Amino acid sequence: MIVLGISAFYHDSAAALVRDGEVIAAAQEERFTRNKHDPAFPLNALKYCLDAARIEPARVDRVVFYEKPFLKFERLLETYLAFAPKGFSSFRKAMPLWIGEKLFQRDMILQELKAVAPDLAAREKLRFSEHHFSHAASAFYPSPFEEALVLTMDGVGEWTTTSAAIGRGNAIEIIKEIHFPHSLGLLYSAFTYYTGFKVNSGEYKLMGLAPYGTPVFKDLILEKLIDLKADGSFRLDLDYFDYCTGLTMTNRCFDGLFGGPPRKPEEQLTQHHMDLAASIQAVTEEIVLRLAKSLREETGQTNLCLAGGVALNCVANGKVLREAVFDRIFIQPAAGDAGGALGAALAVAHREGDLKRTLPQGPTAPRDGMKGSYLGPEFTQDEVERRLKAAGAVFAVAADDESLIEQTAQALADGQAVGWHQGRMEFGPRSLGNRSILGDPRSPTMQKTLNLKIKYRESFRPFAPSVLREKVSDWFELDVDSPYMLLVADVRQDHRKPMSEAEKALFGIDKLNVPRSDIPAVTHVDDSARIQTVHADTNPLYHGLISRFAELTGCPVLVNTSFNVRGEPIVCTPEDAFRCFMGCEIDLLVVGRCILRKSEQDPALARDYKNAFTLD
Amino acid sequence: MSMVAELFDFLNSRKKLWLVPLLALFLVFGGLFVLSQGSVVAPFIYTLF
Repeated sequence: MIVLGISAFYHDSAAALVRDGEVIAAAQEERFTRNKHDPAFPLNALKYCLDAARIEPARVDRVVFYEKPFLKFERLLETYLAFAPKGFSSFRKAMPLWIGEKLFQRDMILQELKAVAPDLAAREKLRFSEHHFSHAASAFYPSPFEEALVLTMDGVGEWTTTSAAIGRGNAIEIIKEIHFPHSLGLLYSAFTYYTGFKVNSGEYKLMGLAPYGTPVFKDLILEKLIDLKADGSFRLDLDYFDYCTGLTMTNRCFDGLFGGPPRKPEEQLTQHHMDLAASIQAVTEEIVLRLAKSLREETGQTNLCLAGGVALNCVANGKVLREAVFDRIFIQPAAGDAGGALGAALAVAHREGDLKRTLPQGPTAPRDGMKGSYLGPEFTQDEVERRLKAAGAVFAVAADDESLIEQTAQALADGQAVGWHQGRMEFGPRSLGNRSILGDPRSPTMQKTLNLKIKYRESFRPFAPSVLREKVSDWFELDVDSPYMLLVADVRQDHRKPMSEAEKALFGIDKLNVPRSDIPAVTHVDDSARIQTVHADTNPLYHGLISRFAELTGCPVLVNTSFNVRGEPIVCTPEDAFRCFMGCEIDLLVVGRCILRKSEQDPALARDYKNAFTLD
Repeated sequence: MSMVAELFDFLNSRKKLWLVPLLALFLVFGGLFVLSQGSVVAPFIYTLF
């Protein structure tokens, strides 16, 4: 059975294709349209999925949308009713959108499908999956577990904001739910908004800011904003939030509680904002841990699957891992709404195809079914050369992979920033070594250079390490697979450097400039790191590159950050990579076997990239 | 019309037919907003719809 999954019309549109339960292809629309978080129908992603699977549209058995529009509309109606006459401004904005478009989503989807291929647009093929069920399916079906507890947490789908389910064989049964307006995702987003970051995009910045602060407001949040029970269930005090009826996340009561109005975007970050970030992070970790512990006790399950936007909070995930609540954890790499497309497709494939799950075998144990999340477009060497030539690039071609690795590893060891574009693009928000900017983590200046001269982003933001799986426990306090960069653990004590009293006294972001370990570029101010383990069987070329870098330097770790600048979607094509390369201070670009040096390029092709994108 | 029938079936299956009068009222108001606005564009703010 071939099933096409679609998420769209809210944020992070995506398409995914599943054949007999196997994930064949998946991609976010933003990568093709170059519009970050693009909510439009994923026409390009869908066409790509069909191309990648090499199938005629007529062979698609089912098309499934990742949520149920009528159920969402029901939530809106009941919310407006519950709060009336408050909420008129929100109602005024929402109703035209729903009456003009969203109530007709079935017809809209069919129309869009018809534009791709009339064979796809059959009414009887179209299905709708519940939002949190899509998330649950995206976490359980590709997991390496025969049986697991599945926990999903996000802002809101239709009604559900948190769900717990049991996945067993090819079935998922929801056992508990928390409903709107009580939402952990929306609570976190309220603080994202209040600290001046964009909701649904800046949450990971807030998480990165947290280690600079002290959780001085944790008790206040737990006392005033949220009634948290011992089992992790919770209710929010809606007197402090505006999202049910207004057009902002928080209100004046919230401002009063935390001493002033929300920070404006790009305004100076102060210790107050860092303390707020630390506090909401601490509360989030407390809630996730309580939920995990109580559900472990209640269900007796030993494996945990996570999805939903909150599952991208890798600091909280790391805490769950360290507390050893569960024996093993699998986190869907596309845990946000884009992954809903994949989950919806998997849910329908298993429900209607009555498939038996088979777990792919890794070197020592079953591997998950996400194929390293390398599910996007790839380009042949001929295609790369043709495209780069057409773009005006000057390049040399390495004779083989060994030569490519040697030249790249040398450049990295020399302190150069390298754009690395190889194989299939990643699905999900993280670059995992196929669309990455790489650097030497031992360099004390690499973090600053990457932030300010290459990514053009806020100087407080940390970078993540890619480390050989077999070496991870030599460098970090972690000894499990973390292939999707969704677990945080500390740099090992023997690689840390003690700070002097004067350095300890430094304020907030100044601490970041103090080298605190042998790999300062990937060590956050609290000595933690967001780790990606690199596996020879899922990405042999990247594994080979890090191995050669380790031979040259003794360090089996690289800085790995997404190949884009602030506000830009991660690059997809060789042309995207070349444009980004010419717009920032990356020294070397490697696309397939093509090697491009900045000094050899035509200066006329350089462009102002810093202001090319709307800030996120 | 098929959307209206589908929506009615949906509310019936959810045992929420009591929402129908409210829905009718909302549709009238909403329709007026559509006509008065001219175009349907998602607002540039964070919304839960």
